[in-house]
Amino acid sequence: MNFPILSSLILLPIVGALFLFFTKDKEGNNLTAKYVALFTTVVNFLISIYLWISFDQSTSTFQFVEDRTWIEGFINYKVGVDGISILFIILTTFITPLCIISVNNSVKNRLRDFLIAILIMESFMIGVFCALDLVVFYLFFEAGLIPMFLIIGIWGGARRVYSAFKFFLYTLLGSVLMLVAIISIYWITGTTDVVQLYEIGIDVKYQNLLWLAFFSSFAVKTPMWPVHTWLPDAHVEAPTAGSVLLAAILLKMAGYGFIRFSLGLFPFASELFTPLIYTLSVIAIIFTSLIALMQEDMKKLIAYSSVAHMGFVTLGIFTLQQQGIEGSIIQMISHGLVSAALFLTVGVVYDRMHSRLISTYGGLVSVIPKYSILFMLFALASLGLPGTSGFIGEFLILMGAFKDNFLVAVIASIGVILGAAYMLWLYKRVVFGKLLNEDLKKILDLNRSEYFILSCLAAPILFFGFYPDPLINTIEVSVTDLINMHNTNIASK
Amino acid sequence: MENLNLILPEIFISLSIMFLLILGVFKNDRSKIIFNLSLFSILITTIITFNETFSVTRETLFNESVVIDSMSSLMKIITLIGGFLVLVISSTYLKTFKIYNIEYPVLILSSILGMMVMISSNDLIVFYMGLELQSLALYVLATYNRDLLKSSEAGLKYFVLSALSSGLLLYGCSLVYGFSGSTNFDIISNQLNSEEYVLTFGIVFILVGLAFKISAVPFHMWAPDVYEGSPTTVTLFFTIVPKVAALTVLIRFLYVPFLNLIDQWQMIIVFLSIASMVFGAVAAIGQTNIKRLIAYSSIGHIGYTLAGLATASNEGIQSSIIYISIYVVMNLALFSCLLMLRRKDQYYENIDDLSGLSKNHPLLSLCLLVILFSLAGIPPLAGFFAKFYVFKAVLEQSMYFLAIVGLLSTVVAAFYYLRIIKIMYFDKEKDKYDNDHSLWLKLSLTVSTILILLYFIFPSQLIEVVSRINII
Repeated sequence: MNFPILSSLILLPIVGALFLFFTKDKEGNNLTAKYVALFTTVVNFLISIYLWISFDQSTSTFQFVEDRTWIEGFINYKVGVDGISILFIILTTFITPLCIISVNNSVKNRLRDFLIAILIMESFMIGVFCALDLVVFYLFFEAGLIPMFLIIGIWGGARRVYSAFKFFLYTLLGSVLMLVAIISIYWITGTTDVVQLYEIGIDVKYQNLLWLAFFSSFAVKTPMWPVHTWLPDAHVEAPTAGSVLLAAILLKMAGYGFIRFSLGLFPFASELFTPLIYTLSVIAIIFTSLIALMQEDMKKLIAYSSVAHMGFVTLGIFTLQQQGIEGSIIQMISHGLVSAALFLTVGVVYDRMHSRLISTYGGLVSVIPKYSILFMLFALASLGLPGTSGFIGEFLILMGAFKDNFLVAVIASIGVILGAAYMLWLYKRVVFGKLLNEDLKKILDLNRSEYFILSCLAAPILFFGFYPDPLINTIEVSVTDLINMHNTNIASK
Repeated sequence: MENLNLILPEIFISLSIMFLLILGVFKNDRSKIIFNLSLFSILITTIITFNETFSVTRETLFNESVVIDSMSSLMKIITLIGGFLVLVISSTYLKTFKIYNIEYPVLILSSILGMMVMISSNDLIVFYMGLELQSLALYVLATYNRDLLKSSEAGLKYFVLSALSSGLLLYGCSLVYGFSGSTNFDIISNQLNSEEYVLTFGIVFILVGLAFKISAVPFHMWAPDVYEGSPTTVTLFFTIVPKVAALTVLIRFLYVPFLNLIDQWQMIIVFLSIASMVFGAVAAIGQTNIKRLIAYSSIGHIGYTLAGLATASNEGIQSSIIYISIYVVMNLALFSCLLMLRRKDQYYENIDDLSGLSKNHPLLSLCLLVILFSLAGIPPLAGFFAKFYVFKAVLEQSMYFLAIVGLLSTVVAAFYYLRIIKIMYFDKEKDKYDNDHSLWLKLSLTVSTILILLYFIFPSQLIEVVSRINII
C-alpha cells in the first residue's frame, strides 16, 4: 500500500485546526495562530504540488486511489484523482494560504476561530474534489456548509445573518434532492462507487430524473440563473477571505460535479437537457452582465460577474466538445485565481476606507499606483484579454460552442463584450477620474503582505495566459476519455 | 420449568423498587443513599440485561406472553442507559428547586420497569399492564415540581389526555381480541384476516393510542405543554425513554399481530410520518421557549422514525431503531446543555437567553453547535447518518414521495436550528452563566457530543448490533 497522500491532504488541515483549537485564544492580532494555520496550508500546498509532479498525465484512470471499507457492504471510503480533479485540488491548496495571509484587519475578533473555520473548510473542499464515491462526495459537499455559514455569519458585514441563512438554506434545499438521487442510484445499480458506475452505466429510463436531482444541487451551487440570488448577498456580506473561498473554490464544486457526475453518469440525460443548460447559461451570461453594469457596490459587481463567468463554464461543459470542456476547466481555474484576486483588491481598499461603494473612490491611480497596476491586470484577466488565463478559457469555450450551436455561441460572445464593459467601467470609476474624496489622499499603497498575495495571484494568471500547456496537458487525456466514454454510451443505444 | 433468567432484569428492578420504598420509610426525605442506590440498581439491571438476554435470538416465557429477542434486549438497554443518565444528571436541578426527594428515583425506576414489561410484551394484557405502570409513574413525574403552577398543569393535562388515549387503546385491543379470540400476538397474527371491516377500527384505535404515546401528529397536542411545564430533567426523560419503549411496542404491533394487514396500516403510518415531519418542522419556527421547541423538534424526529417503519421491511425497522438510538444521544446532549444554563439558582429556558453564548462559554456553545447541526441532519454528524439510513430504507421500497417530503422538511427544520445557532454566535452577549456544573453533567455532555461528532469514523458498529434484529 502506498502512502495515503490524498487522505493526508484532507486530514492535514484538520490536524492544524485541532492544534489551533487547543491553543489559547489571544485578543487582537494572534500571530501564533496565524503562523500555525499558514504553516499547515503551505505544507498542504507543497504536498499537492508533489502530487501534481508525480501525477501520470498519460492516462485517465484514477491515481493515488485509496479504497477502504467504511460502512460494511455499502459505502467505501474511496478517493483518487484524475486529470480533471487534480487541478482543483491545487487551486484549493494554493488559494487557502493566500486567504490566511490576507486576514489582517478584516477579522478583528476571534481570529483563531476564523482560522479554524478556514482550515476545516479547506479539508472539506479537497475532499469534494477527490471523492470517488457518491456518498463520500455528498458528505464533503454538504459539510462545507457549516464552516461557511459561520464564516459569513460571525465575521460578515451588516446583513450577515440574512446572507448566511440564505446561503445555507438555498444550498441545502438544492442538495437534499441529490441525496435522494444518490440513494436511488444505490438501489438501482447496487453501488455508489463512481468508477464502477462509469463501467456499469445507469439504465436510461432513470437517467432524466436523476440528472435533474443532481442538477438542482449543482445549479444552486454554480450558481445558475435563476437560483443565483444567494451569491451576491453571501459575497457582499462575507469577510474578504470568505468571499475569496466562496468565489474561488466553492463555486467550482458544482462545475466539477457537472463534469464528473452529470456528464459521466447520465450521458443520455445530459444530451437531452443540453438545451436547458444552454438557455440558462446564456441568460446568466447576458442578464447578470447587465445587472453587473448597474451595480454600485464593488463586491456585488464582482459577484454578478462570477455568475456570468460560471454561465460560460456550464455552457462549455455541455457543448460536450473537447474544447468546450477543457475550456470550462481552464475557465474555472482562471476564474478561481482572478475572482480571488479581485475580491482581495476590493478588500485592500475596503480595509482602508471601509466602503465598498464605487462612488467613494475615483482617481486612485495618482495615490496608490502599484495597486492600480495590479487591479488593472486582474480586471483585464477577468474580461478575458489575450495573454491572461481568462482568455484561454473563454476562447476554448466559445470554440466548442461554435462547433455545437452557432446561435448560442454568438449570444455568448456578446456576453464577452458586456464583460469588458462592466469591468472597464468599474476600473475607470475607481482608479481613473478626478480625486474628489479628500480621505482618499491619505491612504497608503499596498503593504508587503498585500503585495505578496496579489503578485502570487498575478504570476499564474499571466503564466497560464501565455503558456497554458501545463494545464491542458494535465486535463487532456482525462477529458478525451470522458468524451469518448460519453460518445460510446450514446452510440451503444 | 421456565427459564426465569431471561426476566431476571425485571425481577431485579422490581425487587429494588420495593426495597428502596421500604428503605425510604426509615431515611429522611432528601436521602442521598436512595438516589445512589437506584442509580446502582439501574446499572446492575443493565449488566444483567446485557449478560442474560443480549445473545438470545428469540425465547418466549409464560405461555408465550413475554418475548425476549434481540430487539427487546437492545431497546431495554437503551431505556436503562437513558434512565440512568437522566437520573445521574438531574441531581443539581432537583436540589435547586428543592424537590430532591426519594420519590423521584423510585418513580423513574417504576416507569422503567413498566417500559421493560412493555418492550418484552407478546400479549395484549401484558402490554397494557406495562403501559399503565409507566404512564402512572410519568403522570406523577410531570407534576413533580408541584409548587409550580405550570408543572401541575402539565401533569393534569398529560393525565387526562393520556387516559383518553389509553381508553382508545383498550377499546382497540378488545376489538382485536373479539375478532381473533386470543390476546397472544402470535395467535392474533395467524387468526386475523383483512376481510373484517370492524377489525380495521381495532387497528386504528390501537395505532391512535400508540401515536399518542410517541406524540406523532395529529396526536401531539399534549407534548409542547407537558414538555414546557414539567421539570427539565423530567422533560428529558419524556423525550427519550418512553418514546423508545412506545416505538418498540409499535414495531411489535405492526410486524407481529398486524403483519398480514399491511395494506390497512401502511397508509396510516405514512400519513403520521409525513404529518409529523412537516408539522414538527413548521411549528417549531415560531417558538421562543427551548423546551417547547424541543417538543416540536422531537415530533419531527418521530416522523422520521415512523418513515422507517412505514416501509414494512427489516431494513426499515433497523433504520428506525438506529434513528431512535442516535436521537436519544442527541437529545441527551441537548438537555445537558440546557441544564448548564444556570445562573444563581435559576434556570434559563428561553432561546433569547442563549444570546451571545459563544463569547462567554465557547466550549458549551461549540457543543451546542455540533448538536444542533446534527439534529438538523448536516453531514458528517451523527444526525445525518440517522436520516440517511431511514431514507435509504424508504427509497428501497420506492416510496419517493415520503423521502422527498421528509428531506424537504429537513430544510425547513434546519431553519429553526440555525436560528438558535445565530442567536448563540451572531448576537450580542449577555451575562455569564455559572460554571460549577456537576461532573456527571459535564461528562454526559462531552461524551455524547464526541459520539455525535465522531460517529462517522465508526458507523459500522451500531449497524452490526441493529442488524441482528429481524422481525419479519
